[in-house]
Amino acid sequence: MAHEEKKLKLYSYWRSSCSCRIRIALNLKGLEYQYIPVNLLKGEQFTSEFQMVNPIGYVPVLVDGEIIVSDSLAIFMYLEEKYPQHPLLPSDLQKKAINFQAANIVCSSIQPLQNLAVLKYIEEKVSPDEKIPWAKLHIEKGFEALEKLLKDHAGRYATGDEVFMADLFLAPQIHAGIKRFNVDMAKFPLLSRLNEAYSELPQFQNAMPENQPDAPSA
Amino acid sequence: MAAKDGREVSSKLVLYSFWQSSCAWRVRFALNLKGLSYEYKAVDLTKGEQFTPEFEKLNPLHFVPVLVDGDIVVSDSFAILMYLEEKYPQRALLPADPQRKALNLQAASIVSSSIQPLHMMSILKYLEEKIGPQERFLFGQTNIEKGFFALEKLLKDLAGKYATGDEVSMADVFIAPQIAISAERFKIDMSTFPILSRIYDSQKALREFIAASPEKQPDAVN
Repeated sequence: MAHEEKKLKLYSYWRSSCSCRIRIALNLKGLEYQYIPVNLLKGEQFTSEFQMVNPIGYVPVLVDGEIIVSDSLAIFMYLEEKYPQHPLLPSDLQKKAINFQAANIVCSSIQPLQNLAVLKYIEEKVSPDEKIPWAKLHIEKGFEALEKLLKDHAGRYATGDEVFMADLFLAPQIHAGIKRFNVDMAKFPLLSRLNEAYSELPQFQNAMPENQPDAPSA
Repeated sequence: MAAKDGREVSSKLVLYSFWQSSCAWRVRFALNLKGLSYEYKAVDLTKGEQFTPEFEKLNPLHFVPVLVDGDIVVSDSFAILMYLEEKYPQRALLPADPQRKALNLQAASIVSSSIQPLHMMSILKYLEEKIGPQERFLFGQTNIEKGFFALEKLLKDLAGKYATGDEVSMADVFIAPQIAISAERFKIDMSTFPILSRIYDSQKALREFIAASPEKQPDAVN
């Protein structure tokens, strides 16, 4: 009997918010995938096996047959084009632009300033006590920007009453902010409300870090 | 003509820009490549013009660049570039092939998420205050080099005359201003990056790139 391999493979780390974005996208589009864990704390991104898939050593990486896509933004755009069911970008150009802007605030202004490498650096060069305040500062700055940006556009979700790209990038960042960095969400009423809405969606919740195969058992 | 909210709008594209902003440079470069003329509106970041009520209405986040196209207002260089790519498909910057398209977006992401944010003024200032000016410089340099190494690996089997082949693409739009701005400022030894050096030689010779460069902008100061 032939062993049927799932066509899509996702190299992921349970806690990686970038990986979480894609896990949500795959869930929303109803796409099954094989979850391949890469333990960033143990340096598994530097194994020769993983380097062959992504020489730069980042997760997530999506493998779709012969196509290999790294970087959550690139993977998101690839999925959106290849698997158009449950579209994650609105067709209206203004709304679409707001989605790109919100996503980019997360992936350029927030996440890179609180990823493992930067936190390690702050811990070593400044002090271990500065790690959390540093991350908190940048997350809160980004959240303030997002509150302003989405104020006139949000509905039930970030840019209206349907889930779009902005929600996929926001949800993991809000989750990380709360669980790991003591962000005071009372300052961010809109994002708090959105977070509540995400907590009701199984496609979001199933993608969250604690529900991944490689999450440490409680 | 009047916009829906009564604002007078030009039938032309308007770009709010600061001459030295590398993010604005990306957009100026792309507008030139697509042969799109635009009205240049300078926002002097050194004088706090991004905080005027007029600009705040356009972008409450106070960033440049901002593109205005009739009724549509787009902020953030990535969002603007994706908008231009869809609305003005001439001289496409993203290849149709899904693998190559993905590699372009990945290159853009490396620049805009892994390199540029880590040498922003505000970050460097913090490091200078907490550790010292030496560390500030080292941090900038280390992260730029890390990003450049990543790009070398990414583009290894892909680069031709330009980043992802023999035509200018989205990757070039992000890479060229980044090299121009950071190589000098952080004393990067570009000979360590042969592919980037080679494609940069091609990129910087493009008239569209030159016309987009900081010193050629109306608000450039010598």
